[in-house]
Amino acid sequence: MEHPILFLNILLGKLGLPVVGAEEAHTFLEQLLQPHVTHTWVVMAILLVLARLGAGSVKMVPGGGQNVFEVVVTGIEEFMIGITGEHGRFVFPLIATLALFILISNYMGMIPGFFAPTANINTTAACAIIVVVFTHVIGVKFHGVKYIKHFMGPVWWMTPLIMPIELIGHFARILSLSIRLFGNVFGEELVLGILFFLAGLYLAPLPMMFLGLFTGLIQAFIFALLSMMYFAGAMEHAH
Amino acid sequence: MSRKISLLTTLLVLGLTPLAMAPEPPGDAGAKAESLRFFGASAMAAAIAIGVAALGCGIGQGMAVRGAVEGIARNPDSSGKVTVTMLIGLAMIESLSIYALVVSLILIYANPVGKMIQVFAGLAK
Repeated sequence: MEHPILFLNILLGKLGLPVVGAEEAHTFLEQLLQPHVTHTWVVMAILLVLARLGAGSVKMVPGGGQNVFEVVVTGIEEFMIGITGEHGRFVFPLIATLALFILISNYMGMIPGFFAPTANINTTAACAIIVVVFTHVIGVKFHGVKYIKHFMGPVWWMTPLIMPIELIGHFARILSLSIRLFGNVFGEELVLGILFFLAGLYLAPLPMMFLGLFTGLIQAFIFALLSMMYFAGAMEHAH
Repeated sequence: MSRKISLLTTLLVLGLTPLAMAPEPPGDAGAKAESLRFFGASAMAAAIAIGVAALGCGIGQGMAVRGAVEGIARNPDSSGKVTVTMLIGLAMIESLSIYALVVSLILIYANPVGKMIQVFAGLAK
């Protein structure tokens, strides 16, 4: 596929670093400089700066940035407690980090000349694998050896039938989580590119970009919501 | 009359098929034609995949929106909660057609068999 013009790639290329497309990257340095990796660093920097602005000087009476962040963070936390229950409060940092990271990543693709890190299957697969592995960590932590009962179905003689289905279902979670996010964001970018080539002079991509703002928020929310549901499922007792 | 025409058309098509399927003369032109035909089949498959997915997705989303609108019409006070739930559900339904979109994109842009076919046809090494 054609390579889009990315400001960050041009900047890094001017600095004398070997910036190539995703297909031609062979050496370790070239692979480190692929657009989704460099833009993930940008997203992390944005999040760190925002966190510094919000929590740099925490006061009893919040003002400015702290106010906004308290609304966002408590909003996510209250919503999460409503789904997982009070005993699931310890997973909140992971959920909030994933939600904010994916949201900022999705919105980064809406800026012309920037790339959404979530428009690459590697980024989304990393997030999905973290979620699914942590689901099983939680399950073992809460139930110990009895966690295997989650995979055995209601009656013992159905175990050979239920076990493979459950295992496939758990692996399909990685696939569905990652491909849903990747497909949405990448499809959005592709539509923007096609509309720009068709009628970029008449601002044809503009309505699609408003839709993109909406889709980015919804997809970040869906990812966080599904992670919460998986965590809640691992915490509850086998039925 | 129309039956006769349809019979005639069928016979014509059946008669022409061996001609269309006739093996190409070996060489560069034949390999190119083979590769083009493969790409054409891939594009056709991608179009059919996304079309069928959009059909099912549209039916599903329509049913979801109908349920939500009926609920709001019956109890207008619940519109906020119903709307949020409906949006989540719509995103879930839409992800099914997004899977089909990914499959079509893979078929067109990143076909895993494409390279193999090109090597087989002698276009790439």
